[in-house]
This record gives sequence, structure tokens and C-alpha cells, in this order.
Amino acid sequence: MCLAIPGKVLTIEKDAQPVMGNVSFAGIQRRVCLEWLPDINVGEYVLVHVGFALSKVDEKEAKETLDILQKMRDGLDDLKEDGDL
Amino acid sequence: MRFIDEYRDGETARRYAEEIKRITTRTWTLMEICGGQTHSIIKSGIESLLPAEIQLLHGPGCPVCVTPLEIIDKAIAIASRSDVIFTSFGDMLRVPGSHKDLLSVKAEGGDVRMVYSPLDALTIAKNNPDKRVVFFAVGFETTAPANAMAVKEARKQSIVNFSILSSHVLVPPAIAAILSSSTNKVQGLLAAGHVCTVMGYEEYFPLAEQYKVPIVVTGFEPVDILQGIYMTVKQLEEGRYEVENQYSRSVRREGNPAARALLKEVFAVIDRKWRGIGEIPSSGFGLSELYTEFDAEQIFGVESIEVQEPAVCIAGDVLRGIRKPQECPAFGNECKPEHPLGAPMVSSEGACAAYYNYKRIRNTIATQ
Repeated sequence: MCLAIPGKVLTIEKDAQPVMGNVSFAGIQRRVCLEWLPDINVGEYVLVHVGFALSKVDEKEAKETLDILQKMRDGLDDLKEDGDL
Repeated sequence: MRFIDEYRDGETARRYAEEIKRITTRTWTLMEICGGQTHSIIKSGIESLLPAEIQLLHGPGCPVCVTPLEIIDKAIAIASRSDVIFTSFGDMLRVPGSHKDLLSVKAEGGDVRMVYSPLDALTIAKNNPDKRVVFFAVGFETTAPANAMAVKEARKQSIVNFSILSSHVLVPPAIAAILSSSTNKVQGLLAAGHVCTVMGYEEYFPLAEQYKVPIVVTGFEPVDILQGIYMTVKQLEEGRYEVENQYSRSVRREGNPAARALLKEVFAVIDRKWRGIGEIPSSGFGLSELYTEFDAEQIFGVESIEVQEPAVCIAGDVLRGIRKPQECPAFGNECKPEHPLGAPMVSSEGACAAYYNYKRIRNTIATQ
């Protein structure tokens, strides 16, 4: 029910009421309401639920989430090298 | 970077499971609130990756599953009228009411239509001025702003033949109801990431403090969920009970202010009945006084419909994490997705349907 999918903003119709835009989901395009994301730009990713963009997907944060595990592993390796484990 | 595939990587998931195992020193019981996460956990086999000390309970976060029987009966009463086009998200159509479901109404000649977005229901109203178009507005805080937008646009565009049957439910009061129960076993919570894209997570600080449970806002892909579990277990092992955000790529602390402002304008917080759980105070949205003319319950005079929940299925215990689906005597016998006795077997996000569909597949593979 709360399914939401990330898609890439292709166009923004700023003058539409409410603000709408075309969003691509891995090649499939759909018109989406962008009214609640006033700062969104073409090329950015948004999370879409029942035809509405709920939030911007932050690329830097997305990468950091994936980097945490690597850092954890690196930390473990450092500990192993120090003879702590 | 497409924000999906990276979080489905089996190797990353396995390494997270190893880390969870490494830091776990005793048994812990966690609950994921959201039905979407339940579905992802069962489908991807996350439970089988976790150490035996970690137990996952599945929460009430499936709007389809917690919609009370009387709302379904009200929907059926309205949809059966010849002057009505009844519109709904697809997953509500098969939920059994007292005697039938919305699909049966359609089979009997009722004009029942499945829509992707509430704005589609509004378009149907514009195109059919001689009919009264009702949208079945169910959902958590994730879906409520979209439903609110349809109501606001109906007012703005003077679409007088549009109304909603509102059955919105809110997550934090349900969490409080579970954690304050004398039968509560939950020691840590994965909060529903998509609800938090709208609402943020400030509402969870007092809950974590009052009930002394760690709460981690978590995404939906297998790696997200494993990372959420890791963060929750780490807090438990260190004796902390804080609110953390695993899903920072999509969730900000304040949520989405524009969507929240719309909710405040169109809806008011009201007491709500939850299927299988009962009434939870201040746990739902009804239309605010400014927008009562869009309330289908009043328009069609169905407020007085009240029914008793059947005692056949244990959905209430399943939704509160007290019992698992397979502990129900009807599970897989009289109750299957093609013949559901209760809503958790209807919705793909219901714990019973997830167990039935995916655990059976794995058992089949295991016995081959």
C-alpha cells in the first residue's frame, strides 16, 4: 500500500496547477504530481507513490548508506591487523 | 545509480547478516511495522539469514488489513447504488465484507473501477457529471496527502459529484497501542520509511523515550532492512533506545512540509477502529470541518452501519505480533489467498499472504 518507487524527473510543468512533470521509471514514463517538492530540478530522482512525488532521493546519502558496510569491514580489517581480534 | 539494484545485492545482504550475527549476544525481538517490509522480508528470505537469537514480528502496517469490516460494508452499500461510480485502489476490491466483496458488486453490475491515483478518480468525476463518484480513501500517512489533494482539487475545480469514503490510519498511535499492551514482546522497532517521507520522524522521539525501545526508520529493499535490523540490534546490545534514520536517502527529519500542511488543512485527527485490534484513540484522519461536504458516509447516510468482526481468524493477534500466521488453525486450509477469511490473506502486504505465498515456495524447493 505504501509502495513508492524512485524515478528520474524528465520535465517540470511549473505553471500547471498542481505542478506536474514527467518521471521515468527505468524507461517507463508517467506524469507525476510534483507540487510538494518546490525545489526539485530536472535530472534529479524522486520517490513516487500513487502518482505523487513524496521526497527527493538524495544521491550523496544513498551512496553513504552503501559505504557504511564497507567502512565497517575496513574497521574490522584494521582491528585484525592490530591483533585485537 | 538507480537507487534500487544496489540495495538488492545478495553479497551485501549476506555481509550485513554476518555483522548482525557478530554483534548479537542474546535473544532480541524486533517488529517491522510496515506490510511492505513484511513482504520484502518473507520474499527475500531475510529471516533465514538472521541468527536464531533475532526474532522478527510483523506489525499492523497494512492499511488493507486493518480496515474494519464495517467500512468495507459501507463501501459495498455505496458501490451497489445505480447512481454511483465507486473507485478504489485495486487491493481493496477483494477484501471480504460481511457477505461479499467489492468485486462481487462489480460482477452484479455495479460500476466499480480500480484507479492508480486518487486524481484518476477525480477525472472520472469530471467526465461523468450525471454520476456520483466516490473514492475509497484508505491508507497510512504515505497515501493520505494524495487523497487530500484530490479533495482539495475537487473544491478548487467545483467538482460537486466527487466524494471520499475515508478510512485513513496513523502509525504512531498504533505503535503506542502495541508497546503499551501487557502482552507486548517487542524490544525494537523498524519504522516505516515511506510514512516518514511525509511525516518525518520527530513523532517517534517521545515513543522511544517512553517505552525505552530503539526505533530505526528503515527502507524497503533487502539491504535496507538488514541494515535497519543491524542498527536496531546494535542499539539494544549497547543499551540505547534512540531514533535513528537508516533511510536517509529519502527521509528527512521534518518529512515533507508541503504534504503535511495539506493534511492539516483537509483532515482532522479522529478515533479509528482497526480491524482485529479495536478502537485506537486519535489514530486516524477524517475530513476536517472545512471539507465535510466531501464525506461519502454523510452523503449516502451509511454512518450507522455497525458489524461484529468474525471470530474465525486470528488477524488481530497476527497484526499485533502476538501470533504468527501459521499458528492460525485456518491458515492454508479454509483460508488461502483465493478464498481469504481475513484481510491479511488478501493483501500482498498481509503477513498471512506473504507466509502462504513465499514460505510455501521455499518449503517446496527445500523438499525437492
